[in-house]
Amino acid sequence: MKKTKKLDLWVIVSLAILGCYLLFLIYPLFNLLRQSVFDSTGAFTLEYFEKFFGKSYYLSTLWNSFKVSVAATVITLVIGVPLAYVYNMYYIRGRGFLQIIIILCSMSAPFIGAYSWILLLGNSGLIRKAIKSLLGITLPSIYGFNGILLVLSLQLFPLVFLYVSGAMKNIDNSLLEASENMGCKGAKRFFKVILPLCMPTILAATLLVFMRAFADFGTPLLIGQGYRTFPVEIYNAFFSETAGGDYGFACATSVIAIVITTVVFLLQKRTANRFSFTMNALHPIERRKAKGPFNVLIHIFAYGVVAVAFMPQVYILYQSFRKTSGKAFVPGYSLDSYRSALEVAGSAIKNTFVIGLGALALIILMAVLVAYLVVRRKNTANNVIDIMSMLPYIIPGSVVGIALIMAFNQKPLILTGTMIIMIIALVIRRLPYTIRSSVATLQQIPITVEEAAISLGASKVKTFFLITVPMMANGIISGAILSWVTIITELSTAICLYTVRTQTLTLAIYVYVSRGNDGIAAALATILSLTTVVSLCIFMKVSKSKDVTL
Amino acid sequence: MSVCIRIKDAVKKYGDNTIISDLSLDIKEGEFFTLLGPSGCGKTTLLRMIAGFNSIEGGDFYFNDKRINDIDPAQRNIGMVFQNYAIFPHMTVRDNVAFGLKNRKESKQTIQAETDKFMELMHIKEYADRMPDRLSGGQQQRVALARALVIKPDVLLMDEPLSNLDAKLRVEMRTVIKEIQHTVGITNVYVTHDQEEAMAVSDRIAVMNQGDIQQVGTPKDIYQRPANLFVATFIGRSNILPGKLKVVDGKAVLGFDAGFEVEMENVLPEQKKDQPVQISVRPEEFVLQTAQDAEGLKATIDSSVFLGLNTHYFAHMDDGERIEIVQESQIDSVIPDGTVIRLGIKKEKINVFGADGAHNLLEGVRDDNAV
Repeated sequence: MKKTKKLDLWVIVSLAILGCYLLFLIYPLFNLLRQSVFDSTGAFTLEYFEKFFGKSYYLSTLWNSFKVSVAATVITLVIGVPLAYVYNMYYIRGRGFLQIIIILCSMSAPFIGAYSWILLLGNSGLIRKAIKSLLGITLPSIYGFNGILLVLSLQLFPLVFLYVSGAMKNIDNSLLEASENMGCKGAKRFFKVILPLCMPTILAATLLVFMRAFADFGTPLLIGQGYRTFPVEIYNAFFSETAGGDYGFACATSVIAIVITTVVFLLQKRTANRFSFTMNALHPIERRKAKGPFNVLIHIFAYGVVAVAFMPQVYILYQSFRKTSGKAFVPGYSLDSYRSALEVAGSAIKNTFVIGLGALALIILMAVLVAYLVVRRKNTANNVIDIMSMLPYIIPGSVVGIALIMAFNQKPLILTGTMIIMIIALVIRRLPYTIRSSVATLQQIPITVEEAAISLGASKVKTFFLITVPMMANGIISGAILSWVTIITELSTAICLYTVRTQTLTLAIYVYVSRGNDGIAAALATILSLTTVVSLCIFMKVSKSKDVTL
Repeated sequence: MSVCIRIKDAVKKYGDNTIISDLSLDIKEGEFFTLLGPSGCGKTTLLRMIAGFNSIEGGDFYFNDKRINDIDPAQRNIGMVFQNYAIFPHMTVRDNVAFGLKNRKESKQTIQAETDKFMELMHIKEYADRMPDRLSGGQQQRVALARALVIKPDVLLMDEPLSNLDAKLRVEMRTVIKEIQHTVGITNVYVTHDQEEAMAVSDRIAVMNQGDIQQVGTPKDIYQRPANLFVATFIGRSNILPGKLKVVDGKAVLGFDAGFEVEMENVLPEQKKDQPVQISVRPEEFVLQTAQDAEGLKATIDSSVFLGLNTHYFAHMDDGERIEIVQESQIDSVIPDGTVIRLGIKKEKINVFGADGAHNLLEGVRDDNAV
């Protein structure tokens, strides 16, 4: 039997993507591991790890990170799950509006929240002063553990809310009716039926929140003060002027971080497997109108949580319009802050769009190709691509930054200080969102649709561009917008990689915050928030839904 | 222009798992040919090999004299209708139907004219500018048919095209499909697991099981003279009763183990010998008699279902064997449960198989695929 051997285009694509991942992800990570166990003379050493585990100071940063991450995770669950329950079971006034605000809260850069809370509750914060003069009570300090916890909880509870809301939409109303029919209702039903049904989702949300909290860099940097956490420590080990330059130690710390997040990830996966089942609601839950005091209570709860979470953004917006004189605010309102912001940080805004859109274009291209390979061309190479593409999900942003610097600051490939390396970093970190949504969409498209096109005489390439890609469009676009929002609010990787020429909006905000130039910082933060809001509106328009899942 | 399809010694493997081993089949030009079998029998696999979506591990596929094994699916000039219709959701009905013609770089006027013609033929012209998600299942099915036919394919392949429709629409659509195939005069290969549907639409049917073709013939052939026990039980309902064939004075006498004998005139000469057999009696091939002195198999009625035209009786014989009997409904009352009856046999209609069920022992079996 004769067989014509054609060079399949997809094999080339597959190899190219594999090559990219090997060069820009696997090689830097491997390099990181190598540098953590070899000293500058090239001899094997465990000195860096000994240094870490030998000093209680370093161990305490690890312990601090754990404490604050676990506490933040618990609080987000305690707020997020009941909020999702109330939203999906009862009629809440202004539901759509509140939901958009909640999504907005989750989308803003965490360190902007931290900055705003300092302005509100810091040593000379607005609320602190107001409470002291009115009630004579001195609030506990915002700096350190409390502050980080507050900011992270308010930043991350929307994720739990959105995840669990999604799960509750898949609960069939008849399940609730059946349990009521068997005498299980109210709080008992919540714990016996609804909570277990949402368990897989709750576990997924728990993992996401923990990872975010553990890897968060900006919040502890601003509000942590003496309370040192692990990601900040990694950054300091690499960059700080006193301990700086100890690359081996920085690498070792990074390796420890990866090990920890991997263990947490695997533990979660194991637990989640025990709760795995699928649901599909034929009749979604019908929301009811709550009665009497309970109705008042749930409204207070819903509005209260959203108000507190959204307060920092509103306050920043307000600050941005205040009149300034030098660095200080003076009475009255003006657009001065915006004027000077555009003057001093115009290039940062430009950079944000150039770098962000560049990364986004690559992300969309890669995501479409990877999704097609993973779903339609199952083989070993493509499985490897699938796994590699999800790796950055469990690697803290500052570690990605350091790994890239270490790998590309020497010949043959010097990329440090360029825009290219920032784009690469963002692509690696934010690609998983778009891949996941593209894969999910493609999995729902029956392959027969493509076969129909082929049987009607369309070539494979033509079928891909005329049939497959347009049908995936919704999934691609909604994933891309989520990637975009996280790109423009990204700090932890960018702060490792930027130079004056490649400064982005988030970095500019950080710089002006740390210089104490509140007016400009507020104006820039508002510009960033506005970009986020516009992106989200586009997302909702495209995906025709008010649901966002990360 | 339609073609005849010749398949010689086809082999299909998934890894080490052989789905089809050594299958040969001839499909005539312009006929409505159905592959019928239980799920997993390889019928869809075979269809997709013809279409070119499944690789061929062995054997030769011909359209007329042209070997198509190595021809790209896009170049085979095949129209295909899928189980889920595979309508392009992001295109209007018109764009869906026109898709194949556009790929052939036909002129604008031709595309417009041909698209209109087939949309009219399938009664979907009024929906031309609608998006598919605003069509019902039956309408989507018509779009799929129009789209497959408009390119004037050599062969129309249909993979369980009606299984997603409700019962009433299914009956309606199968008439539409049959008529359209007649009008266009195209060779049609149709896959289904629904034997009633197969009988209703097909010129000829190939009954498949476990990757093998059991019998090829007209609906009448395979229903009345099934080639083996599998075909007898898969097509329609059959009571399978054990028995013995004896030769008495040169005449073949069929003895039921339950105690009843009939003389058979249509046993194949070479099978006229003493042997154990399996007898297939369809429910309507019994003659139900209530008179206690009547001749026949003794049975007791367990229950009955009145279905208007016919009444179905479920009964058991003395040895515990359960049987089903269909009788045209009578004007007087349904025979009560527990009644002892005598079952006569319409002996010219029943079928007799060897003990292993592999062969029909009677004359008149037609299997176009028999070597």
